[in-house]
Amino acid sequence: MSSSTSTAWKSHKFILALALGLLSSFALAQDVALQVPPGFVAGNAATIGTSGSGSATFYLIGPATSIKRNIELGKEISLVAKDLQAAGRYVAVVCSSSCSSQAFFVAPGKPVDLSFIVHPSRAPVAENEAISGVALTFDEFRNLVLTPSTVQFQWSTKGTNPMSHSSQTREGIAWFRTSSGKTAGPLQISAAIGNDVNTRRVVQQVASIPCNLRIKGQRTAKGILVETEPIRDCSGNPVPDGTVVTFTAKGGDQTSSVDAPVKQDVARATILANGPVTISAASGVAMGNELRLGAKE
Amino acid sequence: MKRTLPIVIVIVAVTVLLMFVGLTSVGRSAGTVGINAGGALPGFSSDTSTPEKALTNFLLDIQKRNWGRAFSSTERTSDAINEQSFIQDWIGSSGGLRSFSALERFDTRPLHATDSEAQMRVRLHWATPVGPVEDVRDLRLKHTGDTWRVVWDETPRPNVPAQIVPVNYLRWDLVTGNGSDEWGSHNVDAPHVRIVSMNAVDSAEGVVIMGEVVNEDTVPAFVNVNAILLNASGGTIDDESSFDKILHVLLPKQVSPYRVDFPHISLNKVKNVRMDVKATLVPASSDPVIGVMNQKLETDAQGHTVLHGELLNESGETVNIPHVIASFYDNSGKVVWVSDGYVEKALLPQSTETFAVEIPQSLAGKVQNFHVVVNQYSLEKS
Repeated sequence: MSSSTSTAWKSHKFILALALGLLSSFALAQDVALQVPPGFVAGNAATIGTSGSGSATFYLIGPATSIKRNIELGKEISLVAKDLQAAGRYVAVVCSSSCSSQAFFVAPGKPVDLSFIVHPSRAPVAENEAISGVALTFDEFRNLVLTPSTVQFQWSTKGTNPMSHSSQTREGIAWFRTSSGKTAGPLQISAAIGNDVNTRRVVQQVASIPCNLRIKGQRTAKGILVETEPIRDCSGNPVPDGTVVTFTAKGGDQTSSVDAPVKQDVARATILANGPVTISAASGVAMGNELRLGAKE
Repeated sequence: MKRTLPIVIVIVAVTVLLMFVGLTSVGRSAGTVGINAGGALPGFSSDTSTPEKALTNFLLDIQKRNWGRAFSSTERTSDAINEQSFIQDWIGSSGGLRSFSALERFDTRPLHATDSEAQMRVRLHWATPVGPVEDVRDLRLKHTGDTWRVVWDETPRPNVPAQIVPVNYLRWDLVTGNGSDEWGSHNVDAPHVRIVSMNAVDSAEGVVIMGEVVNEDTVPAFVNVNAILLNASGGTIDDESSFDKILHVLLPKQVSPYRVDFPHISLNKVKNVRMDVKATLVPASSDPVIGVMNQKLETDAQGHTVLHGELLNESGETVNIPHVIASFYDNSGKVVWVSDGYVEKALLPQSTETFAVEIPQSLAGKVQNFHVVVNQYSLEKS
């Protein structure tokens, strides 16, 4: 027998011995059984039964937990509420001469908290499906509650009757979508579970694009003073102060323009021009009327 | 010793000769025929026997900030012109762009000359914080006795009278909540800004992407437009931002031109352009309001098509560096070019200042309309 054949034979013997060892430890592991009852709930104390005798080491590995404890086999392992606060998959392991493990799930508790996000924070008035809100239900340990629960959405503006919409959560999420109202101002939106849990958000409903932009002007000693009539959107809401109105005066081959901000509903500017001019106004993509003024006398 | 003495004498003589030549030479000799050029190695000649030499000496004094000598070499047309106003005309005031500029070089070109008068065109190359700026001036020179003198007829800027200008325009402040607030309770959306037009053209310098952007929101926005050029396989050729060729702070419903330059790239290599506009909430003020008056497309003395106009500061705050951005439209309302330019002088309250922006000669015939906006940099705000 050559030396290489002898080395191969030795390695085969080693692998065989290792496999036998593993098989025997597997057989021993079956001696320690874990009895995990169903229906674990986050934040509730629980027990896990064991079989066998003698001392062993217990390990619990969860989403936010890792515990190591010495136990007596054959007695129940007590888990306090703090050990099971995070919902999710846990693995319980008992090791004596060998190890035995079992996985179980901890379900979230009752929904007692809501995370509520509303989009957008500003919405133009009279816009379809402009506002949406999403609510996520959580138990007291901030576990997402996946079992269906009813979320009551309610929204109202000052001086109007509140509107409401009920929605069942799916996988812990409930949502709604609605059109913005016709009046500018804060829109109060709330999401509630039962009578105890209520979260409130505010969406600013703002004026939409200017409607019927009309201007008037007159010559003064400094030039042409041109101003708009009070600027409102198509729902009658005054546009916010600071909205820019571009006045453009064309006379002959010359053009003058001023970007003037709205102040107290009116935009005002002085344009230097002596000859006859045609003045127009625009705000964003909205156009106004044209105004014709004769030459300075 | 006897052998080295002549060498020493020759070296000294040559040095003296070179010093003499150096002191009496005028400007740089290199340059286009008929064009004198000023440089950083000036001589100290007072030779004003020709209009070219007189003007070059004058500009060298300006370059060296030798104000007394430059001013004394001019022929004044009005008693209102004093040395202080002369200096201010060259170095600027009130924190204007000229205050931060230096005359790097100049070219002079004769336009017209008689025995008694000459007209010269000066091209002044200024080094400024916003890049090189070229200023073209036509100067008149007069032959008095044996010398030529620059006629200085620039009217001094009128002083702004003491006055009270009420300023009650809107200002937006930004308040941010603290970190301990409940999640989702203090979300404030970014302003809603939209690109309303886009046009890609091939220019002499490369691809130019231009158009207009509007702030559709009710709050001010800090806006930047980015463009990515894609080739036929969808790969990125280059990406650039609008940098300073946009009105960055857009008030509600305000429209700004934008322009993104891709130098040394040909449009026929570009299959697609991906546009992206980024807007963030910023504190802002409606003040100052700047009117753009008497805008007119003209052909200047050099044959270039330029948009001239006057900026009118309608409020009480000095605008140190006005920046003009103009969009030019064809007869269908499409943006065919966006041009910009910095105004070198500060725009004082209730005062006007002229501006000019150039458009390419090839587009001059297409332009039917234009829209000008003014970016403003104020030292007090920066």
